[in-house]
Amino acid sequence: MAFTFKQRSILPGFGLSLGFTVFYLCLIVLIPLSVTFLKTASLTWSQFWHAVAAPRALASYRLSFGASLIAASINLVFGLLVAWVLVRYSFPGRRLLDSLVDLPFALPTAVAGIALTAIYSPQGWIGHLLQPLGIKSAYSPLGVVIALTFTGLPFVVRTVQPVLEDLDKEIEEAAASLGADRWQTISRVLFPALMPAAVTGFAMAFARAVGEYGSVVFISGNMPMRTEITPLLIITKLEQYDYAGATAIAVVMLLASFVLLLTINLLPVWSGRRERSATAGEIGTPAAVRA
Amino acid sequence: MGTAITFRNPAIVTPKIAATTESPLVRRLLTGIAVIFLSLFLLLPLVMVFSSALAKGFAVYTASLREPDAWAAIRLTLLAAAIAVAANVVFGVAAAWAIGKFDFFGKSILITLIDLPFAVSPVVSGLIYVLLFGLQGVLGPWLAAHDIKIIFAVPGIVLATIFVTFPFVARELIPLIEAQGNEEEEAALTLGASGWQTFFRVTLPNLKWGLLYGVILCNARAMGEFGAVSVVSGHIRGRTNTMPLHIEILYNEYQFVPAFAVASLLALLALLTLFVKSGIEWRSRQQPAEMEAATAGKGPA
Repeated sequence: MAFTFKQRSILPGFGLSLGFTVFYLCLIVLIPLSVTFLKTASLTWSQFWHAVAAPRALASYRLSFGASLIAASINLVFGLLVAWVLVRYSFPGRRLLDSLVDLPFALPTAVAGIALTAIYSPQGWIGHLLQPLGIKSAYSPLGVVIALTFTGLPFVVRTVQPVLEDLDKEIEEAAASLGADRWQTISRVLFPALMPAAVTGFAMAFARAVGEYGSVVFISGNMPMRTEITPLLIITKLEQYDYAGATAIAVVMLLASFVLLLTINLLPVWSGRRERSATAGEIGTPAAVRA
Repeated sequence: MGTAITFRNPAIVTPKIAATTESPLVRRLLTGIAVIFLSLFLLLPLVMVFSSALAKGFAVYTASLREPDAWAAIRLTLLAAAIAVAANVVFGVAAAWAIGKFDFFGKSILITLIDLPFAVSPVVSGLIYVLLFGLQGVLGPWLAAHDIKIIFAVPGIVLATIFVTFPFVARELIPLIEAQGNEEEEAALTLGASGWQTFFRVTLPNLKWGLLYGVILCNARAMGEFGAVSVVSGHIRGRTNTMPLHIEILYNEYQFVPAFAVASLLALLALLTLFVKSGIEWRSRQQPAEMEAATAGKGPA
């Protein structure tokens, strides 16, 4: 059979809609992104290496990726717990907390940033409690973790919740009737079923955290080598008119996010699920919304 | 054990037997941890925003919002969000029609490319436009020669906002339009409707809730975008400052009450967004049949 670009259909407007889609995609996304790579190609290898492997850049990768990993892990544990409690238990304020889970998606990052800084600064509501214990929360790597935990909070909850809701009660009953105690049922029956969704949520939270800027810059204190995240380093280089350096580091970040995007899109394939997963960054709409 | 467990809302929960639930103590403990975690990370920042905004009374609060630079920032934010939402709605509908109604080569690649902006750090999203349109950029010298300003001006802010909100509407509409199938449109066309008539009278009404959902999410992100806009704006007070950038400047000048006053407007917008979102979700749960049809295309969860 000859290669066909498009299946036959009586519906009109294919050329117009696809043409516009591809045109707009190229104009807004693809051309600007490829310019970034072109710009890097104009650097010599040693210039590029000098920019991306400078001690200050390496320190920023360590902080950005390390703090994101810790924040995503916190979100994995608490996300599973929160999803479990919201789906399985009934308590006053459950509906309210359930809709508040999406707050980090809806609240602008700068607003979250100044609010968290005010809470965790040495004079803040929680900061002044931690201060006597010798824990510096704002203006330290811990502050970065706190901000990134806030940003990534909804991902694991929202990926696990629908899976948990769809899980058949009968499986648990079967496990129980076959003599499993509650902990065995949870660890051997429920956990394996929830893990693919939880891992997807973890990867999405991690990917979002690596690129996050607004909520972190206020609370981190922005000390080079200590609390400077990679996106901030890019901005600093831009402000110093070091466009080549900024672009080189941006390319490193872009490649990291493409790898993460690919991983997130492939996760459902590995775990044998057919559905196209939500990708890094935003709200995985619960199935119930698609009305 | 073995006794019936009482729930506060018996309508939601079906009766359970003890073997498939936890002991009341464990349940209370887990609920407690979850509530504390969510309160600490979600409620506390919200309370902080509003209490700091009103710390010096309501008169100071309203005065901070009426200040000319704050007002200019609000106007610019509204303008940028309006353009970004409108552009992405047109794109989202076109993309959903092409991808949802037709089968063609490279469809899944196209879907992945549409999601791309979500994977890019906001700062990098701003940077790519600086590299394209900035003075050092590819088109910079040509733009300067023709006296067109994009970077450190309103067009750059609008472009960066469009980029970061690019996938919102499209990714809401694509699964929805795929799930609805082509039968209704084919029937309309067979009965003699034109292509546009079919689109406006058959397709669009079926998409309206998904479209609204995409628009409110797109709008929330557009109004609140900070990193990308920060790179392209140039932070010129009263001219290229959006609300989040204005908050940053005020905060760094230790003007906490005005900073939190402007922040409280964005926090209210966030709460409104969540409220509308919950409303749409609640509505779709009321219509299980329609929902089932809509989720059919998503495959097993």
